[in-house]
Amino acid sequence: MPEPDLAQRLADDLDGNFEALVLELQGPVYRFAYRWCGNAEDAEEIAQDAFVRAYRALQGYDSERIAALRLSPWLLTIAVNVARNRVRGKRLAVGGLESVDEPMAAALDEPEHISERRELSDRLAGALLELPPRYRAPVILRHVLGLSYDDIAETLEQPAGTVKSNVHRGIQLLRERLSAAVPALSH
Amino acid sequence: MDVHTEPAIETGLSDLPAPQPPSDLTPAILYRTGLADLCWQADSPIGPIFVAASMDGITAVDRADTTDAFMTAYRARFDRDVRFVQTPPAKLARGIERLLAGDRHTPPPFDLSHSTVFEAAVLRKALEIPRGQVRPYSWIAREIGSPKASRAVGSALAGNPIPLLIPCHRVVRGDGVIGNYIFGTEIKRSLLTEERANIDRLEAFGKTGIRFVGSDTTHIFCFPTCRYQPKEEHLQFFHSEAEARARGYRPCKVCRPAVAS
Repeated sequence: MPEPDLAQRLADDLDGNFEALVLELQGPVYRFAYRWCGNAEDAEEIAQDAFVRAYRALQGYDSERIAALRLSPWLLTIAVNVARNRVRGKRLAVGGLESVDEPMAAALDEPEHISERRELSDRLAGALLELPPRYRAPVILRHVLGLSYDDIAETLEQPAGTVKSNVHRGIQLLRERLSAAVPALSH
Repeated sequence: MDVHTEPAIETGLSDLPAPQPPSDLTPAILYRTGLADLCWQADSPIGPIFVAASMDGITAVDRADTTDAFMTAYRARFDRDVRFVQTPPAKLARGIERLLAGDRHTPPPFDLSHSTVFEAAVLRKALEIPRGQVRPYSWIAREIGSPKASRAVGSALAGNPIPLLIPCHRVVRGDGVIGNYIFGTEIKRSLLTEERANIDRLEAFGKTGIRFVGSDTTHIFCFPTCRYQPKEEHLQFFHSEAEARARGYRPCKVCRPAVAS
């Protein structure tokens, strides 16, 4: 969460404090983008575009409006929109279950239980990529970033009840997709 | 119902590896919003160099012992924040590569907003000199419409913020002497030699007062490094434009050693 006075500082001096905003929120924005698209290159572009759009928006706001912003949900709203719009224009990766580019390369000689766990995490990340956007966004925000339902509701500009049921449905879909391949997770 | 199922998915999601934002992310954002320029390291004919750019184009090229030394000098000279990136903007990197490979027709964008109008005109004119050729300071002065400003042209080139890419090393003294260079005369000579400019001949001409060469078949005279070189058996030498014209020669339209008449 950004320092409480960052919004006020941005209101007072946007150019002088914008970098602080980037440093504060690039972690969650990038992590959201990475889990949304599954690769570092697109994730970096989404994160860049989100912050650039945020800057241009802030340039157009008066200082009262900036000072009143809840920066984290506000920026994630922009990131979600950037990510969604890209998906519309770009073809989704095919074979998501196998083609996930994990940041940690799998070591060949690691103990079996670790490689099994990694395999599970790869499958889960791949299944996440194949979730329809309306479930993928809230599932990432809730369970990858750990946001509260209220913050997600604000980020997605939806009622909290809708968010809850979409997260639930998303988890259900993930379970169905993984159940065939990973017996431990099935009913 | 298996009550352990859902927590397993949820835990799996929160346990997914958390990729860290790449180190270029913040610099790239500050660059695209115009809050900072970018710099990076690149290979060049004189070894590793630093290149810097704003959103409008390349602003600077320099050698430096460390990234910090480059950035400190940059901030002092241009009064602009600058950040280091591992990976430069692709469009600029490709443009630089083409330029250094000798393709001067699709140069990367240059941001000369820190130069005066006169300096920028000098630098843009220097960009027109092909690889393997040289022009005198007076040529630039005449071409940009300030024929008496050769000395100011020299100063503008001495302050070239983007050496190598804007090839100020291809501008030499009218008497064939290589002249000064930001990185020293020796590097200027080796750059020109590497570009296959015939420096030895130019200097030999200079010592004997020869300024132009011509062909007795075409009756056209050129700078000694023009790409249109007369055959040996037709080669003629001139000490001045007046001499060439008196003998019935007209200036080459490609290297433009004098104003066409």
